[in-house]
Amino acid sequence: MNAGEWPLWEVFVRGKRGLNHTHAGSLHAPDATMALRNARDVYTRRGEGVSIWVVPASSITASSPDERDSFFDPAADKVYRHPTFYDVPEDVEYL
Amino acid sequence: MYGNDHSSDAPLNAAEAGGVDEAMAHVDRRDSVDSGDEQERFDALLAADQRIEPRDWMPDDYRKTLVRQIAQHAHSEIIGMQPEGNWITRAPSLRRKAILMAKSQDEAGHGLYLYSAAETLGTSRGEMLDLLHAGKQKYSSIFNYPTLTWADVGAIGWLVDGAAIMNQVPLCRCSYGPYARAMIRVCKEESFHQRQGFEILWNLARGTDAQREMAQDAANRWWWPSLMMFGPPDTGEAAQGTHTELSMAWGIKRFSNDDLRQKFVDMTVPQAQKLGLDLPDDDLAWDDERGHWNFGEIDWDEFWQVVKGDGPCNAQRLEHRRTAHSEGAWVREAANAYAAKQSQRAESAA
Repeated sequence: MNAGEWPLWEVFVRGKRGLNHTHAGSLHAPDATMALRNARDVYTRRGEGVSIWVVPASSITASSPDERDSFFDPAADKVYRHPTFYDVPEDVEYL
Repeated sequence: MYGNDHSSDAPLNAAEAGGVDEAMAHVDRRDSVDSGDEQERFDALLAADQRIEPRDWMPDDYRKTLVRQIAQHAHSEIIGMQPEGNWITRAPSLRRKAILMAKSQDEAGHGLYLYSAAETLGTSRGEMLDLLHAGKQKYSSIFNYPTLTWADVGAIGWLVDGAAIMNQVPLCRCSYGPYARAMIRVCKEESFHQRQGFEILWNLARGTDAQREMAQDAANRWWWPSLMMFGPPDTGEAAQGTHTELSMAWGIKRFSNDDLRQKFVDMTVPQAQKLGLDLPDDDLAWDDERGHWNFGEIDWDEFWQVVKGDGPCNAQRLEHRRTAHSEGAWVREAANAYAAKQSQRAESAA
């Protein structure tokens, strides 16, 4: 960060009650409170949300795109985690 | 997996979480329901079938009820790994072993989702685990029954998970947002659990005489405890003095224990017929007038005995949990030591 440049904040918006906050985008702001107000003005001008989280972008640890294959590989060969894997008669209801 | 048979215990400490409340409140007020009074606002949200979210004001009893229920649900998930874990090393094939490990892994994950949901109410996972280990918070009594044969793994998937799903699906519409969202995830993942159980029994029931007998024996032992999972009667006269009425008013519970139990029986009897297994109830009969299956009297003395600690495996389950926790201490310590070393290195590199 250059001297004097505001830190980056990631913005998460809850579209309506009952839904998860989902990532909407990011913005620069000098502190959390201003980030929140700015996020309201940048991301919810048309009533897109009922709640906002702002998180310092520097606090987010992300998985690396280079490691994508090996990182997620363990789930690839476990077909038995899916209900369609099981051999049960088709005419049994509620199964 | 999860039952609804938990007895109510002493309320928990559930403090409000702090943070940037002021700024958030400013955002939160832009909502469809607007009212000056907190209780009125809470009631209006429930009346509109809206979700309550962690930063909303809520009555203390609503919070306590949720902490208790979600904690007990989470405990049930992790204690529920034990009866099946008993068979992982002895599963009859590599396929079955892999499936059983995947299922146990799911239960562990479901426990974690639920502990996190409870933490949004101001309690902590450590506190909940301490209460579980001290016997001050309960888990579903179904897990105090032993898994004597391989067929029990099938019966648990078919009956116990079947009953759990019956309980859990309405919880996806629970009034408390984080709990409802955790349940959506749990229900999606759990859809294979019941099917794998049915598949085990389907194979055994069409196998040798000994296999068929083993399947029948498992059905005999798990049928009644599965019906007890829905909790004590709570309709008609029995509704007096239960939590059901309040939980329903709060939108935590959507159906009575008795309604869910009846739905489960109606769903399961045809499945048993398909399997060719008998359910151990002479009173089981289709009632044309009601359009439901009638079933016999549940032994509530046995139920309360197990809830109060005198089931076949209560002591063993809790002891195993405490041991697992204390024997896992070095893993938690090692992870902390590793994190401390990493941050030291990062500091000295900077």
